[in-house]
Amino acid sequence: MLAEIGVVSVMGCSAAGGSGFALVTMPGDSVSVRAGLERALKSSPLRGLGPDDRGRAEVLLAEVLNNIVEHAYEGCEGEIRLLLRMEAGRLCLVIEDEGLAMPGGQLPSGQLPEAECLPEGGFGWFLIRALASEITYFRRGRTNRLDIVMACEQ
Amino acid sequence: MSIEAQTEGDALIIRVGHDRIDAAGAIGFKERIRDLIPGTERRVIMDLSRVNFLDSSGLGAIVAVMKLLAPARKLELAGLTPTVEKVFRLTRMDSVFTIHPDVARGLGNVG
Repeated sequence: MLAEIGVVSVMGCSAAGGSGFALVTMPGDSVSVRAGLERALKSSPLRGLGPDDRGRAEVLLAEVLNNIVEHAYEGCEGEIRLLLRMEAGRLCLVIEDEGLAMPGGQLPSGQLPEAECLPEGGFGWFLIRALASEITYFRRGRTNRLDIVMACEQ
Repeated sequence: MSIEAQTEGDALIIRVGHDRIDAAGAIGFKERIRDLIPGTERRVIMDLSRVNFLDSSGLGAIVAVMKLLAPARKLELAGLTPTVEKVFRLTRMDSVFTIHPDVARGLGNVG
């Protein structure tokens, strides 16, 4: 569970004098996600990023969090927990929710829709896969957990 | 909603005053623009220079506006900020819009 891992990690880091951790929780709706994203961007792991990496992180997080709202918590309420950590030029994210599991227990393929067909959706997982360097999905009991790494360029 | 429209020559300029077009605001954005576009101008140029963030829902809303205008009118975009430009480029949706550096150059460059 993220709650346990998050607390242990945060304490471990703060004991070591680091400032690269943050835990942000938010209700699983789009207005709360906007506010949660704003808090995440002000947190110590993201505050120090250059503008390009910060923009990439913001898009990546918005897509992951809004997918949870639209699919995992479709039609019901729940909490989203986001743990952010910077390590050696990598932004490491752990995102947990108690919503519906990914279809088939797997990450969506995230194929890019054909631009010529003027698609109004279907870009979310393509963007996540384009911006992340590693993505892992686990389902444990009622909890979905995504571990995502974004390589920072600046 | 701070989205205003104004006619300049043969074009309708839609100035988007929002800092972001995201999942929480995409539907309101689309509805507001639908109310602003019943005119007869041939070109519609959307000024995005104040928009610092766009996610896939915001991108979908802009595509929806393009479809509302088609086939009689064309939606052109102007003033993409870096993160917005990145979302258009990654999704290759920059290939389906005429994109101007800013509105002034969009007006001078009949697209």
